[in-house]
Amino acid sequence: MLIIHPSIFNFAYSHITGCPRVNIECNRTSRSRLVVYGRFDRMADESLFEFLHMEIVSHIFNEQQSSKGEMDNKDRAACISLLEAMGFRVGQGLIERLTRDTPSFKDELDIMKFICKDFWTKVFRRQVDNLRTNHQGTYVLQDNKFSLLTQFSGGKQYLDQAPKYLAFSCGVVRGALSNLGLESVVTAEVSIMPSCKFQVVIQKL
Amino acid sequence: MSRQSNRTTDSKKMNSELFTLTYGALVTQLCKDYENDEEVNKQLDKMGYNIGVRLIEDFLARSSIGRCQDFRETADVIAKVAFKMYLGITPSVTNWSPGGDEFSLILENNPLADFVELPDNHSALIYSNLLCGVLRGALEMVQMAVDVKFAQDSLRGDNVTEIRMKFIKRIEENLPAGDE
Repeated sequence: MLIIHPSIFNFAYSHITGCPRVNIECNRTSRSRLVVYGRFDRMADESLFEFLHMEIVSHIFNEQQSSKGEMDNKDRAACISLLEAMGFRVGQGLIERLTRDTPSFKDELDIMKFICKDFWTKVFRRQVDNLRTNHQGTYVLQDNKFSLLTQFSGGKQYLDQAPKYLAFSCGVVRGALSNLGLESVVTAEVSIMPSCKFQVVIQKL
Repeated sequence: MSRQSNRTTDSKKMNSELFTLTYGALVTQLCKDYENDEEVNKQLDKMGYNIGVRLIEDFLARSSIGRCQDFRETADVIAKVAFKMYLGITPSVTNWSPGGDEFSLILENNPLADFVELPDNHSALIYSNLLCGVLRGALEMVQMAVDVKFAQDSLRGDNVTEIRMKFIKRIEENLPAGDE
């Protein structure tokens, strides 16, 4: 039922600035096993989710537009943050159920690995292709075929539309991290679809 | 850009909790946006309709099901193929009207309402009303005007969740399908 890529992904951890890149083999035994939890075995179809997501985005934007008439950048930012907030709540809920049977995490990196593998597989149906960090609380998660963008375009067309279709996902990731005890700021960056980079900046308390 | 040829071989199955929770976030947001439950119900139905008119294409392409001969066959396809494909459940089809133009879908457990409890001040909210819109929109695209509504909802204290569907008329091919 759950498909794991047979080949283990090599996460490339590297210092974003300066230092040479080091490849670390992920320890497969630690956390790559996926457990079928209670109701986690129930499957829905992804196209239904994709359609729902599009409706949500267009609803939020229409709502703002009809009450204001014209939209300026501030209104757009408000819409984005609304979508992000919705995603946040979803992420919180998801992680609660996902981590029910996992042992506790060693450290921040351990959490990020969990997000890149198990969480991403559950939510976006593939693993993060590349994880990079500066070891100071900034992580860049690169997904070369991000599920919510694959139906859009395979190039630079509609690039200006990308932010509103990524806000929800950013919220999901931030919500998940938040319930794992990491307050963060998550932003997404697309230079060519459907590849997407999520930048996670952990807020030190 | 050519379509990826391996599209159909991709696993399209995903964990339904993301869908359920996302739907919950949407309903919560709508409850904030609108004054009363009636408005929320209407909005959910409208969004469902928008989804339905597009979902039908996905459905027909992937299920390779042709035109239904009668409403009974339609009911079977909806319950056994469509619900199974998209929500992973198979509702039972019951309560046919004598004329064969009305039936009920009984949902044993509604995936949309998995973690939901309705607060008292939302007694008029039809939580899963999106489904009605989806069914209406999808059938409209195959020339069937249908009336869809929740007759019972376990969230509101009923024993089961029941969607009542009533065939209204066949939409003539040359008429443009009614816009919302």
